[in-house]
Amino acid sequence: MDDFLNLLKILSEGLGTTLLIFILTLILGIPAGILVAIARNSKCKLVNLITKLYILIIRGTPMMLQIIFIYFAPYYLFNVTYDRFVAIIIAFVVNYAAYFAEIFRSGILSIPKGQKEAAFTLGFSKTQTFFRILLPQIVKRILPAMSNEVISLIKTTSLAQIIGITEIFALAQKQASYQFSILPLCVAGLMYLVLCTIITYAFNKAEKKYSYYTIT
Amino acid sequence: MSKILEVQNLVKKFGDNYAIKNVSFSVNEGEVLAIIGSSGSGKSTVLRCINQLEKIDAGNIKICGDSMIKEIKTENKLPKKYDSKNKKVVYTDKETLNKMNLECGMVFQNFNLFPHLTVLENVTEAMIQVLKKSKDEADKEGTKILTRMGLEAKINQYPCNLSGGEQQRASIARTLAINPKIIFMDEPTSALDPELVGEVLKVVKQLASEKRTMVIVTHEIGFAREIADRVIFMSKGEIIEEGKPEEVIDNPKKERTKEFLQRYLK
Repeated sequence: MDDFLNLLKILSEGLGTTLLIFILTLILGIPAGILVAIARNSKCKLVNLITKLYILIIRGTPMMLQIIFIYFAPYYLFNVTYDRFVAIIIAFVVNYAAYFAEIFRSGILSIPKGQKEAAFTLGFSKTQTFFRILLPQIVKRILPAMSNEVISLIKTTSLAQIIGITEIFALAQKQASYQFSILPLCVAGLMYLVLCTIITYAFNKAEKKYSYYTIT
Repeated sequence: MSKILEVQNLVKKFGDNYAIKNVSFSVNEGEVLAIIGSSGSGKSTVLRCINQLEKIDAGNIKICGDSMIKEIKTENKLPKKYDSKNKKVVYTDKETLNKMNLECGMVFQNFNLFPHLTVLENVTEAMIQVLKKSKDEADKEGTKILTRMGLEAKINQYPCNLSGGEQQRASIARTLAINPKIIFMDEPTSALDPELVGEVLKVVKQLASEKRTMVIVTHEIGFAREIADRVIFMSKGEIIEEGKPEEVIDNPKKERTKEFLQRYLK
């Protein structure tokens, strides 16, 4: 039991970093995702093509590769080094914005055309139509998919260790080899599990909030 | 009597397919016009063009004297046989289009109510956002309109808890909220169970008795005869016959009208 509490204390030192990566990715990644979704729906062929290419590359290459590339490319190319934490945030935002964008796009596409048409014939402006009529319905529809992505995000933060960032998983691995024990990994697993449970709970709450109506 | 709506030589293409071929008609103030015809005859497309939900390819639409089309431009000079492809209508300025849009109300076949808003909010949203009325004023007016539609007990419910007939009456109320000069109804009863059709038709009749100007696309031939001042029969994007209900429906002159009506009347 002492071992367990001790480990919990040690690993908790990485909890802050894990949560910071998680929260910053959400705060920056969601607006970025909205912009990408808009660009993806753009009528301008060039913007559309660039966005498609970006999504293809991000979804088509391992995230580990992307992280290493973003951190080391400036060094190899221009002999410039910069803060690891900044690099990891850039990597996560660039990666998750692509996934978020596709979720937002699916949400936008899932709203029946009639909603927009009804709003138009009633004289709503485009902005009013988006914020008052479409957005509340889009949010309701994408909640399950977003919950999936956000849960995956909290676990993916463990990839930050590959450029030497000390988060929960990095500490756990260190302790595991140091103590020659599997317990540190189990404790780390438990911590991720608790975090995911909290996220799941929050999303269930949000879904309930939107359950007062059904979309027919 | 002043003309509320004038449709002049309207043409609408989808790709190479002509959905509307040179259609002209007009509607006077206080008049109820019914458009009948089989599926795919272009009836709904006419309404969608007037409501600016589809861009037209040629012709003009006038509402209360305002023209939707400013000019017809020939894009570039190509051999004559391609001529029709190079003529492009130029829509008038945005301000006029917005004004025309507000003068037209549209009731959809599948209601298109906003599911996340209550029945009352569905009606008041446009009053508040578009007509810039205060919430109190909008609520008061909205309740009045909904009461006239027989929905006073449902104002705080969400559309998903309403029957089809109630939803369609709510959507008519929503259209009345912007107080349009002319109301278009696109098969308002086609998505309803037969036993719910009556309640919607009753409401439409009530509007007709108030001398509301309306254009109704409908499959309810009996209803069209009862309510309409004038009937248009369309087939394959053209107007085949036009006149008083007793002429078009009871004594059709054209072969195609007769054929169509035979299928509907027993």
